[in-house]
Amino acid sequence: MQNILEIDGISKSFSDIQANNDISLYLRQGQIHALLGENGAGKSTLVKIIYGIIKPDHGSMILNGKLYDPNTPEVARNEGIGMVFQHFSLFESLSVIDNIILGQKGNQKKDSILERLDDLQKDYDLQIDVNKIVATLSAGEKQKVEIIRCMLQDPKIMILDEPTSVLNPSEVEKLFNFLRKLSKQGMAVLYISHKLHEIKELCDTSTILRNGNVIKSCDTADVTINELAQLMVGRAIDNKIKLSEPKQERVLDIKNISYTNPDIFGTSLKEIKFNVNFGEIFGIGGISGNGQTELMKVLSGEVGLNDGNQILYNNEDISSLDINERRQREIVFVPEDRSGHSAVSSLSLSENLLLTNLWDHNFFSNGVINTNYVDEKTSEVIEKFNVQCNASGSLASSLSGGNLQKFVVGREIIKMPKLVVCEQPTWGVDVGSASLIHNYLIEISNSGSTILIISQDMDELRSICHRIAIISNGVISKPYDAKRITPEDIAIEMAK
Amino acid sequence: MDLFIAIFQGIIIASTPLVLAAIGELVVEKSGVLNLGVEGMMIIGAVTSFIVTYETGSHFLGLIAAVISAGLVASLFGLLTQYLLSNQVATGLALTLFGLGLASLIGQTYSGISLDAFPVFDVYLLTEIPIIGSLLFNFDYLIYLSIIIVVSVYYFLNKTKLGLVLTAIGDSHDSAHSLGYSVKMVRLFAIIFGGSCAGLGGAYLSLVQTPMWVENMTAGRGWIALAIVVFAVWRPLWILVGAYIFGGITIIQLHVQALGVNIGAQYMSMMPYLVTIVVLVFISVNKNRLAVNAPNCLNKLFTSDL
Amino acid sequence: MFKLQKKETIDQSSLYTVPLIAIGCSLIFVFILFLLIGKNPVLAIFIIFVEPLLSIFGLSELIVKATPLIIIALGLSIGFRAGVWNIGAEGQFTIGALFGGAAILVFYPTSGIWILPLSFFIAIIGGILWGMIPAFFKARFNTNEILVSLMLTYVATLFLSGMVYGPLKNPDGFNFPESRLFHDSGTLPIIFPGTRAHIGFLMALLLAGLMYYLLKRHKFGFHVKVSGESLRALVFSGKSTNYMVYLSFIISGAFAGLAGVIEVSGPVGQLVPAIPVGYGFTAIIVAFLGRLNPLGICFAGLLLALTYIGGEAAQIKLGLPNAITGVFQGVLLFSLLAAEAFTNYKVTLKKMRRNF
Repeated sequence: MQNILEIDGISKSFSDIQANNDISLYLRQGQIHALLGENGAGKSTLVKIIYGIIKPDHGSMILNGKLYDPNTPEVARNEGIGMVFQHFSLFESLSVIDNIILGQKGNQKKDSILERLDDLQKDYDLQIDVNKIVATLSAGEKQKVEIIRCMLQDPKIMILDEPTSVLNPSEVEKLFNFLRKLSKQGMAVLYISHKLHEIKELCDTSTILRNGNVIKSCDTADVTINELAQLMVGRAIDNKIKLSEPKQERVLDIKNISYTNPDIFGTSLKEIKFNVNFGEIFGIGGISGNGQTELMKVLSGEVGLNDGNQILYNNEDISSLDINERRQREIVFVPEDRSGHSAVSSLSLSENLLLTNLWDHNFFSNGVINTNYVDEKTSEVIEKFNVQCNASGSLASSLSGGNLQKFVVGREIIKMPKLVVCEQPTWGVDVGSASLIHNYLIEISNSGSTILIISQDMDELRSICHRIAIISNGVISKPYDAKRITPEDIAIEMAK
Repeated sequence: MDLFIAIFQGIIIASTPLVLAAIGELVVEKSGVLNLGVEGMMIIGAVTSFIVTYETGSHFLGLIAAVISAGLVASLFGLLTQYLLSNQVATGLALTLFGLGLASLIGQTYSGISLDAFPVFDVYLLTEIPIIGSLLFNFDYLIYLSIIIVVSVYYFLNKTKLGLVLTAIGDSHDSAHSLGYSVKMVRLFAIIFGGSCAGLGGAYLSLVQTPMWVENMTAGRGWIALAIVVFAVWRPLWILVGAYIFGGITIIQLHVQALGVNIGAQYMSMMPYLVTIVVLVFISVNKNRLAVNAPNCLNKLFTSDL
Repeated sequence: MFKLQKKETIDQSSLYTVPLIAIGCSLIFVFILFLLIGKNPVLAIFIIFVEPLLSIFGLSELIVKATPLIIIALGLSIGFRAGVWNIGAEGQFTIGALFGGAAILVFYPTSGIWILPLSFFIAIIGGILWGMIPAFFKARFNTNEILVSLMLTYVATLFLSGMVYGPLKNPDGFNFPESRLFHDSGTLPIIFPGTRAHIGFLMALLLAGLMYYLLKRHKFGFHVKVSGESLRALVFSGKSTNYMVYLSFIISGAFAGLAGVIEVSGPVGQLVPAIPVGYGFTAIIVAFLGRLNPLGICFAGLLLALTYIGGEAAQIKLGLPNAITGVFQGVLLFSLLAAEAFTNYKVTLKKMRRNF
C-alpha cells in the first residue's frame, strides 16, 4: 500500500524548548498508526503542524504525492485531514446539528447535511439525537459529535488525540471497532496516546517520541508492552515502595451524602456512601465528569452541604466546617487543576505555599505575613520533594507540570497530615514525577496517614490503593479489593 | 383617547434610541464581547448627526455621519480589545468618558440651537385611518427602521450560517478558532455594527426626540441599553419588549409629574434607573435561563496562538 | 501582522514606563487636537499642564482636586485588583457628601470638635450602604454589579438634588437650591492659610501609605491578589467568592463616602446639587493610571487634578471649552490600555510565509 502522508525532517522550537526535532514518519492507506509518547514528548506539536495550526521551523510534508504545507486548519480539512481533539472543539450551548453545520465548509443546505448524516449513522453506528444541546451530552456522546463532524468532511486521514481518556470501557470498544472499520475501507488513522495496551490492541504501526525526537518506528506486533514503555520513558521505571496493611479503624465515614449541583449541566451527587480506614489508600475511579470534582469540593468544604448530610472524620461530623477548619484537623486537599485551583501560576512558590496555610498562626503575626517563615517552609518543600526551580520566589508558571505537581503535593504532605484527599495527583505529569509522587503517598500512608485518591487512571489506582470504588453519574459503587478488581467489574460499574 | 395616543406615541419615540443601541450591543455581546462604551458611542452619534444636519440641512446625511462616526470610535474599541488585548470593561469605560468629552468639545458652539422637525413618514391614506393611523402610521421612518433592524438581527442570528458562526464564537472562541473561523475579524465587525446602531440611537435623540444639541443629552440611555440586553436575555425580539417597557416608564413618569402628583420631580425621575435595577435583579434570579442564553465567552480574553 | 505572546515575567520598570508612555501619547493627541481647532498648541499645553504648577494658588488647588480623586481611586483599586467592578463610586461619593453634609447641618449652629468626626463617620456609613446594594445583589443573585452601581449613581444624584431642593434647603436662602453654609465646626481645617488646601490631602496620603502596607505585607493583600488571579484558588484558600465582592464594595464605598464628606466640608462648604462633578468616574482613570498601586495612585491623582485645573485655566485664558479635560482623560485611559499590551505581552512580527 502506498504512503498517503510523508513527514520529512520536521522541527519546531518554542523560545528555548525544542518541541520537535527532525521528525520523520510515514502514514499508509488503511493503516492505524500510533504516535506514542509521554506528556511533553512533542506529540501535540507534531499534530498541530499536520493540522495547520502551527508552522514548522524546518522540514516538509508530502500528502498524496504532493507537497503539503497547510496554513490553516481549513486547508488541512480541504486536503482531507480530519482531527478529533482531546479537548473537544464543540460549542456547548448550541445543538448537535448546529455544531455539525459549523464544521462544514461553505454554505451547505441543512437538509443535505442531514441526509448525509443519516447515511453515516447507518453505516457506522453513530446514533445521536441531533436536536440535543451539546452541554447535556456525556463525554462519549460529545466525542461522537466530533467524529461525525469530522467524517462528514470525507477525510482521507483521521487524527485522534488521546481519544479514550474520556470514555468508559464499553465506549472504548465501540470506538476501536469504528476505527477498524475505517481502516478496512482504506482510511489512514493517526492515533495519539500514551496508553500502551490500547496501542498494542489497536494499532498496526507505532512511532515513539521522546523529548521531541523520534526514538523508534516499528510494527506494533514486533514489540512488547514493556519494550514500548522503556522506549517511551527512556529508562527503567522505578519500583514502587511496598504498601503496608491498614488498621481496622475508621478515619473517614461518609454517610449517604447528596449534593445538588447548582449548575444545570453539572453532575449531582446521589447518596454517596463509603468509609476509609486508618493507614489505608482508598481509590475512587471513574470517567471524568461523573461527579469527581463535586465530591472533591464537598469533602474539602469548598461547597456546603444541606443539613442531614454527614461526613464523619474520627467520629466528628465535619460537614458544616469550612475548608480551613478542616485543615486545622490535619486534613489536606490536593485538587486536580494546577492552574488556578491548587496553585496559581502567576504567584510565586512561597505565595502558593501560603495559599493553603492561611489558617496557621505561625505564618502571621497580627495578620502581617511572616515572610521569612514562609520562605523557609517553601525551601523545605522544594528540597524535600526535589522540585526543580530557581528559588522560592520563582513564579509557579516557570515550573514544568511535573515539578509544580510535586510542589503542590509536597506542600500538603510535608505536614504529615492525618488524612489526604487528592484528585488526579499525577494528571499531565511525566512518568518520573508521577512515580515519585506515588512513592511519597505510599510512604506517608505507611507511616500512618490515611489517603483518599480520586482518579481517572485505573492503572494508577490499582497500583497504589488497598480498595477501589467507582463513581458513575454521581453514584458510587461498592468498594472492591484493588488486587481483585477485574476489567469487567470496572466496565460494569462505569456503565451504571 | 387623545391622551392615550399622545402617551403611546411618546413611548415609541422615547424607546427608539434604546431599541437601536440595545440591538447593536446584543450583536456585540452575542459574539462574546462586552462593550460598555454604548453611552459614549451614542453621544458621538448624537453630536455628529446634529452638526452635519445643521450644516447641510439634510437629515439623511446627518444619520450617515452618526453611523460612520460612532462606527469609527467603536472600531477603536475593537482594535484595542481584540488586537491589543486590553481589558474590555476598562476600555468600554474609556470609550464612554472619551465620547462624552469629545462630544462636548465639538458640539460646544452648537449648544442650544434647534433643528427643523424630522419628517414624518407619511403613508398616504394609512395615516388617515382613525386611531390606528395615529397609533401605527404616524411616525418618522427611523422607528420603522429600528424595528426592521431588530427583525433582521433575529433572522441573521437564527437563520443564517454567519449568524450561527457569530453565536458560536460567543459560545467558545477556542472551538471556533480551531475550526478555522476568524474570531477577531467577526468580533471586530460585530463591534462596528454595534457602534453604528448606537450612533443611530444617538442621532435619534438629537434629530428627532429633541431636535437640538444639549451636552450629555444621552443621560444614561447607553447604560440602560446595556441593561435591556440583559433583560432580553440576549434574544433579539425581546429587545423591543424591554426598550418599550423602559420608554414607557420614562413617559408615564413624565405624565404623572405633569398631573401634579405631589412627589418631587427628582424622585419621579429616579424611576427608570430604579426599575432597571429591579429588572436586572429579577432577571438574574433565574440562573438557568441565563446560563442557557448568555454567551459563554462574554468579556473573556481571546488569545490565539496563531 | 504582529502577534502578542504573554510574557513569563513582567518587567518591573513597566510600572513607570507604561503610564509615562500613555501620558506622552495623550499629549501628542491634544497637541494635534489644538492644531485642528486653531489654537497654539505649545501655549495651550503650557497653560494647562505647566502654569498651574508655578503658583502657590495653583499648587494648593491641585491638592484640593487631587484629594477626592486619590481617596476614591484607592478604594476602587481593591475591587479592580480582585475583578469586582464598582463603576458607581460617583454615587457613593454623592451619598457620602449628602449624609455627611446632612449630619453637619442637623447640628447647626452647635459647635464642637466632635461634629466633623461624627459627620465623617456617617458619610462613610452612607457610602458603604450605597455600595452594599450592588454588592448584595451580586453576591446573592450574581446581578451585574457594573450596571447596578452605575444606575445608583443617577439615583444618588437625583436624591441629593431632591434633598437640596427640599428639606435641606437653606431656610434663609431666598429659595435657592442650596443648603446653609457650614459653620466653622463643620469645615475642615486649612493647611496653608490663604488657600483652600485642607487637611483632607494629608488623610489621602495617610490612607495611601496604609493601603500600600496592607497590600504588601498583610493577609488582606494576599486575598486581594489571589482573588484577582483566580476565584477558585481564593475559595481553596478558605474565603468565599462573595467575601471579595462585599469587601471590595465596603472599602470602595467607604472611601468614596469619605471623599464625599471631605469635598463638602472642605472646598464646597455647603450642600449644592452640583457636588458630583465626575470625580467618581475620573477616579477610575486614576486607579488604572496608578496601576492599582497606592503610591502610583497618588501621582496619578495629582496629574488628573492638573487636567481639571488646567482645563479651567484654558477656558478662561484661551476660550477653550472645559470639555477638553474630559477628552484628555479619555485619551489618557485609552493610551494606557494600549500601552499595557506591550508590557504584558511580547510583540513579535509574524514571519512571512515562504513560497515554494
